[in-house]
Amino acid sequence: MEDKKRNEAYNRYVKAKIPKTHAWPSLFNSFWVGGVICVMGQGINDLLMLAFPSLSQQSAWAYTLIILIFIASFLTGIGVYDQIGKFAGGGSIVPITGFSNSITSPSIEFKSEGIIYGICVKMFTIAGPVIVFGVVSSMVVGFIYWIISLF
Amino acid sequence: MEFEQTIKLKKQPRIIGSYTIVGPKEGQGNFGKYFDYIMKDDSFGEKTYEKAERKMIENAIVGVIEKAKLLPKDIDILLAGDLLNQIVSSSYAARAFQFPFLGVYGACSTMAESMAVGSVLVDGGYFDNVVCCTGSHFSTAERQYRFPLELGNQRPPTSQWTVTGAGSCALSLHGEGPKISMITFGKVIDWGVNDVNNMGAAMAPAARDTMLRHFKNTKTTPGDYDLIVTGDLGKLGSEILIDLMEDEGVMLGVNYCDCGQMYFKREQKTLCGASGAGCCATVFNSYIVEKMRDGQYKKILFLPTGALLSATSTQQGDTIPCVCHAIVIEM
Repeated sequence: MEDKKRNEAYNRYVKAKIPKTHAWPSLFNSFWVGGVICVMGQGINDLLMLAFPSLSQQSAWAYTLIILIFIASFLTGIGVYDQIGKFAGGGSIVPITGFSNSITSPSIEFKSEGIIYGICVKMFTIAGPVIVFGVVSSMVVGFIYWIISLF
Repeated sequence: MEFEQTIKLKKQPRIIGSYTIVGPKEGQGNFGKYFDYIMKDDSFGEKTYEKAERKMIENAIVGVIEKAKLLPKDIDILLAGDLLNQIVSSSYAARAFQFPFLGVYGACSTMAESMAVGSVLVDGGYFDNVVCCTGSHFSTAERQYRFPLELGNQRPPTSQWTVTGAGSCALSLHGEGPKISMITFGKVIDWGVNDVNNMGAAMAPAARDTMLRHFKNTKTTPGDYDLIVTGDLGKLGSEILIDLMEDEGVMLGVNYCDCGQMYFKREQKTLCGASGAGCCATVFNSYIVEKMRDGQYKKILFLPTGALLSATSTQQGDTIPCVCHAIVIEM
């Protein structure tokens, strides 16, 4: 019992002692880097529509995503994306480029354990939960939509 | 035992040689000019970082045998450890040598554990020359405990940077060098910290416990030592330790320092400093041994701390048990 009290007191003390992160500067960096990535996406989309007038909006979006994913993977491969991430935090994690980075980086890291047990097994160690939650939440939303459509 | 936890060595084995090898980032740090060898790149010419870590430990063993002016056949036993699962780096490195091997593990305190066990073996008269070696590698540790290197995440302000490096020393009764005179073996202490990014806070209570026990058993005070040096508590952890000791009425003054806190320069952006088994191993076997040989330090207290967790225990929500061993080294 005394140990528990001591531990709680110690954890409170440590919490007070931890250097605080400054929220505003990092939020600012996240905001503008995330914004730049989105503007790039819009730019790619508009250029595609301009270059291929027969392209539908749906296909242009798909190609835009593919290009953004490729760029992020490439930057991860040459060791640039983690530098951007260090600077921008959430700004470069939240867009689809961050998702691409989270799949490419373990693939590179675990290449040394072979194609099956290294790359394939470890590829989704970070992105896996995102996919699971994505699928589950879309199921839930779909179910609600179905219920509403009954009335 | 005469005193709980503390032993006094009768013959006082000497550190007759020491050798350090570090990565390029460590080479640019504050101790850069004291290391024996600085690698040009982290991979050390190997295909994987695990193999690089193994090669570092191999080189550290070869290096210390040479520096102690011994031959491989003079070495009676090797005590080594590292941070990888099943301490593979040390065991695989030992494969290259023709002497017996004991693997030791105390996380970041492994250097103290190997030196403590080694000096007892020598003091008992069973072994003439013992080699103690410890190493860690930033990239292998990151991958085992944290995230892939290229993932674009941010490090919390309390995190520390695992040192890429290996340090080794040779202990013997014959030869010149600093003497190991007393050892206090530490208990495993857990004060309920479960933040893996704040190892300093988790380990400080272990350092406090061993330090208090040591001062009590040996009837010494911090003022009796030229230098009191902890392993890798880092900036935050060493500040916490000073506070904890103050609460017990022991004032740690200017002769107290921490290897992890001093390791890197501020512009190297390692936040709370260095950590890892290689941290105190490389600082001790380069800078500290050299300054003792020069006569700048006559008597030091060396207290590396180790966090005895694994990635699995962390994910299961366990708190972090820590250990700290204290070694008194005199010139």
